[in-house]
Amino acid sequence: MAFSDKVREFFANELKGIREKGLFKEERYIASPQSAYIKVEYPAGSPPKEVINFCANNYLGLSSHPEVIKAAHEGLESRGYGMSSVRFICGTQDIHRQLEKKLTEFLGTEDTVLFPSCMDANAGVFDVVLDKEDAMIADRLVHASIVDGMKLCKAQTFNYKHLNMAHLEEKLQETQNCRFRMIITDGVFSMDGDIAPLDKIVELAEKYDAMVMVDDSHATGFLGKNGKGTHEHCGVVGKIDIITTTLGKAMGGASGGCVSGRKEIVEMCRQRARPYLFSNTIPPVVVAAANKVMDIIGSTTRLRDKLEENTKYFRQKMKEAGFDIKEGVHPIVPVMLYNAKLAQDMARDLYDEGIYVVGFFFPVVPQGQARIRVQISAVHEKEHLDKAIEAFKKVGAKYNILGKKKDDIVAMYGL
Amino acid sequence: MAEDLKKLIIDYVKKEYLDEDSDQEITENTPLISSGIVDSFSMVSLKTFLEKKFNIKIPDEKATTEAFDTVNNIIKLLGEFVKIDDK
Repeated sequence: MAFSDKVREFFANELKGIREKGLFKEERYIASPQSAYIKVEYPAGSPPKEVINFCANNYLGLSSHPEVIKAAHEGLESRGYGMSSVRFICGTQDIHRQLEKKLTEFLGTEDTVLFPSCMDANAGVFDVVLDKEDAMIADRLVHASIVDGMKLCKAQTFNYKHLNMAHLEEKLQETQNCRFRMIITDGVFSMDGDIAPLDKIVELAEKYDAMVMVDDSHATGFLGKNGKGTHEHCGVVGKIDIITTTLGKAMGGASGGCVSGRKEIVEMCRQRARPYLFSNTIPPVVVAAANKVMDIIGSTTRLRDKLEENTKYFRQKMKEAGFDIKEGVHPIVPVMLYNAKLAQDMARDLYDEGIYVVGFFFPVVPQGQARIRVQISAVHEKEHLDKAIEAFKKVGAKYNILGKKKDDIVAMYGL
Repeated sequence: MAEDLKKLIIDYVKKEYLDEDSDQEITENTPLISSGIVDSFSMVSLKTFLEKKFNIKIPDEKATTEAFDTVNNIIKLLGEFVKIDDK
């Protein structure tokens, strides 16, 4: 037996360490489709409880949209369940290429290639475009999948202080001797919902002859007037060289991602990106549903408009209630609590009140920046938002934090 | 040299990792990584800075988060590559 007691003991200790640090992740079993209301079995073994979901990336409410479900059924019937192939052998159907074309048109790019996930797109793209004589210059808070993708690439790594354009410019000056340079950022950062100033980034990129890569997973489908994403929000459609994004959040929420951008780079991904070459094609049922998602968001801004209104309403009411909310316009709404235990206790009490939210704390967010992250959706009606606001007020009053800012909260609970 | 080196690294950490308006104190024993001031991704800037400054190459297996966690640890690590006069 190769899995000896020594090996077993090693991993048992590792897991014990993770638990002791409070970092052990537990799954909560959900016995319903993803929607405003979900049935959750928590703690494990207890009867499913109906709660309003405020922690999904279901920004447009398309995860269980009837038209999307219908399209998935039709896709299953007409194109089957699996393809049993990677894309370039016998795994590309007409609907895969249709989806790529729709994404290209929607994002305002030159071409698009699908990946099994955005994690895979980020894992593959840097190594395809850059080599050891090049430089990658990334915002310090980019998503973990970008960090991993950068590790797989031979180019030199540089990073700049979060959203700090002066520091980015210093790094651009420092790397003038490199062959190619790429500025790398998330469009929207998932913990704070803060938005990269892509207009300024593009300006610097043009000044210093660098490419720009943006992971727009938390923006595609709803940010910007037509929901194209952060590049539309910042007025730089057509100027981003590489956009990676996901179909797993606003865009139906199933799975899949893509690299969209300059056609030569997209073609290079088809030829050389390892997660594209060595991973199965996205299943037809998902592609068929994603095509319907593209039709819906391409024909009307109703859902992104509703999301914007919901977000404004929730942010405003929570501020009026006296919560310390990070300013912004994004449906990610960080309710700042600073203390890790307070964030966990309040999230648990909110769950008891029928509101499903999650507390985040170090190392997921910086030390002393614990918060509850609320995610608003177009699937929420005003009554859902009001219920959440009332529950937050009740729990906030219990912990005496209403109307309190950072210093007061830290004085009561510590960092 | 050790004192000069200490100052050099502390100054770099302040400039590279802290906000302009930060009043965070950094000493030779301030935990940098375990406290979250520097994360494992942004640590690369500090490593590159030291490599260029001293014209050395710190192998990845030596560039651990522990080895970079305090200025004192970093000086100890540098001692493996350059001669550091204690006086």
